[in-house]
Amino acid sequence: MADGTAPRKLIFKILRYNPKVPGDRPRLQSYQLEEADGMTLFIALNEIRDKQDGSLAFDFVCRAGICGSCAMMIDGRPGLACRTLTKSLGAEITLAPLPVFELIADLSVDTGKWMRGMSERLETWVHLKEGEVDLRRIEERMDPDLAEEIFELDRCIECGCCVAGCGTARMREDFVGAVGLNKIARFRLDPRDTRSDEDFYELVGDDNGVFGCMSLLGCHDVCPKQLPLQTQIAFLRRKMVSQGMK
Amino acid sequence: MKVVYTDVLVIGGGLAGLRLAVGAKRRGHDAIILSLVPPKRSHSKAAQGGMQASLGNVSKGQGDTEDVHFEDTVRGSDWGADQEVVRMFVNTSPKAVRELAAWGVPWSRVRKGDRQAVINGQKVTLTERDEAHGTVAQRDFGGTKKWRTCYVADATGHAMITAVADRAIAESIPVHERKEALALIHDGGRCLGAVVRDLVTGEVLAYVAKATAIATGGAGRLYRNTTNAVICEGIGHAIALETGVAALGNMEAVQFHPTAIFPAGILVTEGCRGDGGLLKDASGHRFMPDYEPEKKELASRDVVSRRMEEHIRKGNGVKSRFGEHLWLDITLLGEKHIHQNLREVWDICHYFLGVDPVKDFIAVRPAQHYTMGGVRTKPTGESPTLKGLFSAGEAACWDMHGFNRLGGNSVAETVVAGMIVGEFVADFCDKPENAVTVPVGLVQDFVEREKAKLDAIANRRGGEDPSVLKLEMQDLMSSQVGIFRTGEDLQKAVDGLQKLLARARNVGVRSAAPGPNPELVTAYRVQRMIKLALTIAYGALTRTESRGAHFRSDYPRRNDAEWLKRTLATWKSDSDTLPTLDYEPLDVTRMELPPGWRGYGAKDYIDHPDTPARAAEIEAIKASGKAPDRFALQQALMPFEHLLPEPLRGRNERIDEPF
Ligand SMILES: Cc1cc2nc3c(=O)[nH]c(=O)nc-3n(C[C@H](O)[C@H](O)[C@H](O)COP(=O)(O)OP(=O)(O)OC[C@H]3O[C@@H](n4cnc5c(N)ncnc54)[C@H](O)[C@@H]3O)c2cc1C
Repeated sequence: MADGTAPRKLIFKILRYNPKVPGDRPRLQSYQLEEADGMTLFIALNEIRDKQDGSLAFDFVCRAGICGSCAMMIDGRPGLACRTLTKSLGAEITLAPLPVFELIADLSVDTGKWMRGMSERLETWVHLKEGEVDLRRIEERMDPDLAEEIFELDRCIECGCCVAGCGTARMREDFVGAVGLNKIARFRLDPRDTRSDEDFYELVGDDNGVFGCMSLLGCHDVCPKQLPLQTQIAFLRRKMVSQGMK
Repeated sequence: MKVVYTDVLVIGGGLAGLRLAVGAKRRGHDAIILSLVPPKRSHSKAAQGGMQASLGNVSKGQGDTEDVHFEDTVRGSDWGADQEVVRMFVNTSPKAVRELAAWGVPWSRVRKGDRQAVINGQKVTLTERDEAHGTVAQRDFGGTKKWRTCYVADATGHAMITAVADRAIAESIPVHERKEALALIHDGGRCLGAVVRDLVTGEVLAYVAKATAIATGGAGRLYRNTTNAVICEGIGHAIALETGVAALGNMEAVQFHPTAIFPAGILVTEGCRGDGGLLKDASGHRFMPDYEPEKKELASRDVVSRRMEEHIRKGNGVKSRFGEHLWLDITLLGEKHIHQNLREVWDICHYFLGVDPVKDFIAVRPAQHYTMGGVRTKPTGESPTLKGLFSAGEAACWDMHGFNRLGGNSVAETVVAGMIVGEFVADFCDKPENAVTVPVGLVQDFVEREKAKLDAIANRRGGEDPSVLKLEMQDLMSSQVGIFRTGEDLQKAVDGLQKLLARARNVGVRSAAPGPNPELVTAYRVQRMIKLALTIAYGALTRTESRGAHFRSDYPRRNDAEWLKRTLATWKSDSDTLPTLDYEPLDVTRMELPPGWRGYGAKDYIDHPDTPARAAEIEAIKASGKAPDRFALQQALMPFEHLLPEPLRGRNERIDEPF
């Protein structure tokens, strides 16, 4: 290695299961790999697939921590594999797919379907005022601080870590998760969205929404974008309580 | 055989595909989007720096107009662009930013009053006008005269695609995720949809459509060192090429970005330099002013990348165990600026390099970044040779980038082309004569052919290893078809790739497991990728001049007399081992901006014989004083508005140009 020491022998224990293969059962499979400088789980998993086992399924896209494709359970904790350096882990590394989401195979899960379902239910888009915007005219002004605040909540990459780390989501299939609640908080803040608290209450004012959260804050701790989920959920809950009492 | 029918089949769920689908749907046509991944994970997501639109809100952008944006883009392209398309683009880009603003993109906004900035290594105070407060802000980017790049911190693509993908959900447009188009269905003159593989089940099915659009993004993974996502493998380009009818334009035009972190290849945005960051060498010397006194770090990307490699070749690189690199220094921007406006950059440095860019330099070296070439289209976005096939975004050669695209012009192109081409796709579908009755026999033939190819690979044991073929291809491309090219190297690349192509016909896999089978995916893609690599290498070998990002050390001058033309590549027959190249001349006599010096980079070039006459003609029109304003003058030089769809015509309001 860079410091002259001999490279570590890493052992990867990977949860394998391909539901498309008749008779296949979930099992832990071990792979050995020599560690290299700057090795990330992205590099390691590709090396295993290229050199040892062409059937190993996992998802990477940007490999830069930007797109959220590669969330998985890394030693039991949800995280982005692409930006996890092997040197931050022990010599034995256990990888498993995110729970809650439908399994595709091995480390690959269908977060896309889940996120689309959540988006449709919560209508995660700006509900515009009547009448089309005249694109030829100067854009509506927005306070620069407000734009930054909205961006702060808009940074969610829908990786699914918060859902995988959430006690409620594991028990309650329709729980919208911190990802959903954060989106509601984001659109609530956005003056371009015409929805009122009454409308938002319709969407998240129940146990599948903001009242389902048990405040265990698994979501907050595992969010790879460090979104302020804890404060946002607490704030949203207060707003929804007062809306509910109206 | 499973057949899905829709009016518009959009292959690709990046910014271009999504926006195009929204346009078609709003005009009453059903659209289905296919994507390898959930759409928000498309590579558009990774755009950091921003989107060019001549809003002219910030003080350093004052005086900006479509005219300035037009000239910057054409110069940037080294006169390879279609100037009419550039005009369509620059006129629509402000509308696109404003549409996205209405859709919820949290654009960074102008704050009135004084603020500190770094320009050319110096701290300066900029003062923003009261009347600009709260409008969309712009930052500086390479190759532009004015500050024109609108941004959302350094996560512009993320914010854009979040809003546009959610807009597609709002419009109830289905996205069929984890579906890969493997071939276009066509009868030699008309495109009728695509053969598609389900990446979860492995099932092969047919999608039949009136109009099919390729919006599959770039092909960076043909190279070893690239900033592109792992899914940017150019399969969309390849399936167009494999029709033998549609042509790919200018595939040899490949952009290398100056600042990919070394050695991982992950991009740090041009915004780093736009905001004042400097390039330095092993001895800490800022070297760009030595080479490019005019634009320094902010010359166009092709120029900066070449200068960096040149500087390394002269022995000024920083040596490391992975090879040589240079430094990007953004420490002078200060902690607050970095944490607020370059946060993604901070994350990348932290996670992948283990350094803090507030205090440390960033190791960088140029890497493949952008595919200027693509599916050749008319200004409407339709292929001139294969009816019903459209293309938009990075996958297309529309052609507004020519031989070098400017930073910030690409995400702008995606949404602008999505808006424009979406309207033309809708027009196409409106016409009764373009209705499609499912040609069962033809569809069946195409599906069977693809299935047979897949089966042959899946059942071949002991064949060529797909990941080895891919690595060898990427190494050839990075070492022989890179920033500096010579006839000798390119010939080596072509020979080597032809051998790889022959071997790829014998590719096999270790397991025929049902379901996703990632090894099978690599195998069928690598066959197509090698064809595409050959198209680039052969085009580069044949083009004996230097233009934009295509630089031939053995032909260092731009040669307008012989090469002011667009390369068109087709792949006539599956047994061919080279593409067929044709050339489409660019007409100087109709250009609004005839070829000249770019304002940076090499000053000597060989003129086109028509250039002096056209230049004189333009001078005469300008001097006649007949045009009352810039709009009339532009109209006199090169009318373009008639090319735009009706709803997108019209001027753009600015603070300095109120309606
Ligand atoms: C790191 C990075 C930073 C960048 N920063 C900027 C910037 O600041 N400003 C700027 O202007 N430009 C930038 N660019 C360029 C710009 O982001 C891209 O050119 C642009 O986003 C491409 O958009 P697209 O819609 O054409 O394609 P993409 O966003 O790449 O989408 C392609 C889509 O096609 C799908 N697809 C591909 N093949 C198939 C197939 N065979 N079947 C089905 N679906 C398929 C994919 O799933 C995906 O949905 C950057 C590029 C990179 C690499």
